[in-house]
Amino acid sequence: MSRTIIEKLWDSHVVYEQAGAPSLIFIDLHLVHEVTSPQAFQGLRDRGLRVRRPDLTFATADHSIPTHDRSLPILDPIARKQLEALEANCREFGVPCEGIHGPRQGIVHVIGPELGLTQPGMTVVCGDSHTATHGAFGALAFGIGTSEVMHVLASQCLLQRKSKTYEVRVDGVLKPGVTAKDIILALISRIGVGGGTGHVFEYRGSAIRALSMEERMTVCNMSIEGGARAGLVAPDDATFQYLAGRPYAPTGAAWDAAVAQWKQLPTDEGAAFDKSIAIDADALEPMITYGTNPGQGVPITQPVPDPSSIGDPMERESVEKALRYMGLEGGKPLLGRPVDVVFIGSCTNSRISDLRAAAAVLKGRKVSPNVRVMVVPGSQAVKRQAYDEGLPEVFRAAGCEWREPGCSMCIAMNGDQLAPGQYGVSTSNRNFEGRQGKGGRTFLASPLTAAATAIAGHVADVRKLQ
Amino acid sequence: MKKFEAFRSRIVPLPINNVDTDQIIPARFLKTTSMEGLADQLFFDWRYQEDGSPKPDFILNQDRVKGASVLLAGDNFGCGSSREHAPWALTQFGFRAVISTSFADIFKQNSLKNALLPVVVTPEVQASLFAAVEADPAAEVAVDLAAQTLALPGGGSVEFRVDPFSRHCLLEGIDELGYILQQEAAIGAYEARRPHSIDTLAQVS
Ligand code: SF4
Repeated sequence: MSRTIIEKLWDSHVVYEQAGAPSLIFIDLHLVHEVTSPQAFQGLRDRGLRVRRPDLTFATADHSIPTHDRSLPILDPIARKQLEALEANCREFGVPCEGIHGPRQGIVHVIGPELGLTQPGMTVVCGDSHTATHGAFGALAFGIGTSEVMHVLASQCLLQRKSKTYEVRVDGVLKPGVTAKDIILALISRIGVGGGTGHVFEYRGSAIRALSMEERMTVCNMSIEGGARAGLVAPDDATFQYLAGRPYAPTGAAWDAAVAQWKQLPTDEGAAFDKSIAIDADALEPMITYGTNPGQGVPITQPVPDPSSIGDPMERESVEKALRYMGLEGGKPLLGRPVDVVFIGSCTNSRISDLRAAAAVLKGRKVSPNVRVMVVPGSQAVKRQAYDEGLPEVFRAAGCEWREPGCSMCIAMNGDQLAPGQYGVSTSNRNFEGRQGKGGRTFLASPLTAAATAIAGHVADVRKLQ
Repeated sequence: MKKFEAFRSRIVPLPINNVDTDQIIPARFLKTTSMEGLADQLFFDWRYQEDGSPKPDFILNQDRVKGASVLLAGDNFGCGSSREHAPWALTQFGFRAVISTSFADIFKQNSLKNALLPVVVTPEVQASLFAAVEADPAAEVAVDLAAQTLALPGGGSVEFRVDPFSRHCLLEGIDELGYILQQEAAIGAYEARRPHSIDTLAQVS
């Protein structure tokens, strides 16, 4: 019978099934960070359990870590305690950890792929909803809660119900100035933030095939913003090329055997999906969000919606509430609206190709004096690569702050944040009320739009940049 | 875990769609290494003014909902991050069930593990419940997980579905990890036949 890649991944990981219970599935890679793990390690301690497979577990510090000079002390005592707890827990339970001073430290969804830990055919989990990022490699990757973190630490398994399958077909060619970020923002604006609930996305079609691995990660990253716990792209030559030679990737005969296996993964001809949507890449424009969830987005040339034109009363109230919070008027465009902060970073857009794209726009230009621009590389490796290419000089010469790797203003736990009422264009993934600082107002967009906005001092279309 | 008993409660209406976990508990409260003490942080930015005083118009600050343990929400409740702090904060505040037309997947799973019951109803039932609390703030529902019924304020009841395994665990107060660890033989057998993949403990360059 023809199967989708999603079903193949599921079938090959079922450990145990019993009528009336969810399936027990095996986890090939468990990524751990400081925020969602302390209570799970404590749970193990309380029950006298150990970590079953430290060799399939990898930890790093990213969420609450400061992005200032790492030789300085961490001023927030609660964050410091949490970061120290991660390192102590990992030592106690024998889990490898890239802590505050780790040379491979970075955002968990940036370092997994760059170290070659994330590989096709795997199940990958992390106590973090953006774990779907790893789906870019043809892995079934999804976020879990802290109880489940404890389950995986203790057993390397999870109780799961099989998800439905959702085909996201993107055919055609992206126009200049339109990026992977715009594909995923367009998808979410069409299906809404709950549109993929209960499903796993498979991103397919010629426009997806044409994306680099880093761009595929950007797309898969925001699957959860469309309600899907996981989203993936079948592996192909681009995947294998990216992986070859990475620290944890197989080598020699093991590599050849692995590639042969991975080539079996793509969805079979004729396999059926539970749901399907088609997006025309040629028709896409740069996207930007106006509201307080990632589904509230529009092409940058379009006005924000006018609530009075929305029929459903609860939906109308949601948009009205969002516009109230955002201090925006329905029916008006975002283009030209002044912003206070531009943030280039996060597990969505902090990889080297994102920094290169932003730097290409900023090179030889100055950011507006009214805008604070933060550039935060996703990992120590991205940072080193950026130095090799001279990117920090480009950013600094343009007037941007170049900071240390971490989640930073994506989640605003570490002091990098918007002040109440401030507007920010952010390359991250969430524009929820207060997400980037209490009272802060976020417009989500691509690194290109972010860079163009930084220069203009107001929301700007990179295609119109002088 | 305590056994999940049937109960009656007044209803806390929150007629907002897509309530995300950053609203349920803002990220700046996630620096804790404990799972206690989160009740005060529930819906913090909707609940408190800049100076720390309660916002009188926010529903959780109103006397009429004191002691209520059922939250009635708009569609797609709990979207966003995987933080289990969201159900921890809700249960520590005193909630035992949330009624909505749909829940985000991760939030739903996290809730079921913390004796917070996600009750899925049709849009019609949701609308009738919002109308009922609007008309009478003291209106009550009765939640019976064993029977999978929700008794409505005006009389009558509707059924809701919880997957049989989670229902069994909740009713009996069973911790899922215990069940998983009982499958040791199957886990060991899987590990033995599974091809070698990565070794995170290996020294690599
Ligand atoms: S960058 Fe943002 S979304 Fe990504 S893991 Fe960090 S906090 Fe989560």
